[in-house]
Amino acid sequence: MKELVFTPKALFDVHRHLISSYPHEGCGFLYGKIRNRKEVLEVRKVINQNTENPEHAFEISGIDYVKAERYALENDLDFLGIYHSHTNHPAVPSEHDLIYALPNFSYIIVSVIKGEIAATSSWILSESNKFIQEQVLEFEEQEITNL
Amino acid sequence: MAKVLIPTPLRKFTADQVSFETNASTVFLAIKYLAAAFPEIQKYLFDENGQIRNFILIYLGDEYNNVLDKEKTVLSSNDELSIIPAIAGGKK
Repeated sequence: MKELVFTPKALFDVHRHLISSYPHEGCGFLYGKIRNRKEVLEVRKVINQNTENPEHAFEISGIDYVKAERYALENDLDFLGIYHSHTNHPAVPSEHDLIYALPNFSYIIVSVIKGEIAATSSWILSESNKFIQEQVLEFEEQEITNL
Repeated sequence: MAKVLIPTPLRKFTADQVSFETNASTVFLAIKYLAAAFPEIQKYLFDENGQIRNFILIYLGDEYNNVLDKEKTVLSSNDELSIIPAIAGGKK
């Protein structure tokens, strides 16, 4: 299984954002470096533009995506993927998630149940257009000093 | 020449090239020329009728260039196009 490893702060920031978004779904971008595994060093939250059904879906505007790509280039970071929450629902991809999924991006899904983090998972699209799970890890303390 | 910025998820199909320079005369042709240069990207950008997919948005600078305008919007040499995949999802 491929690995996606977070700094503790980056994972904390994802969880804090998605708890504060509850009961709406929250979303954001993952940045870092691709070395022997994907390293998430920074996350940036973005507005869920889905105003009709934000408890069940999210949407990111085109201009926010343009800015996200620029941010990666300007800061010499790899743009690694997208995170979003499933509120009162498991951290597994839906058909809706699959329709919009892109190759080579990691998709973090966080289950937020009654306002608390229940599970965090990561998924990547296979060549046969199915989701494959990645392992979500945090850096060990001694690894952080070498970043 | 105008520049087309390639979104990160599709750079696998452009040998990690971040942008593509073109002397195409319109927005639509710029995207066509990109796909001609990197054929593996074709299926992500165009549908079976040769039209740009609904899930793909094209921005000219910071402005969204809608479907009707793509074929007639003329490019000038310093223009910058961004290919934007629609990003959405959720539990339902």
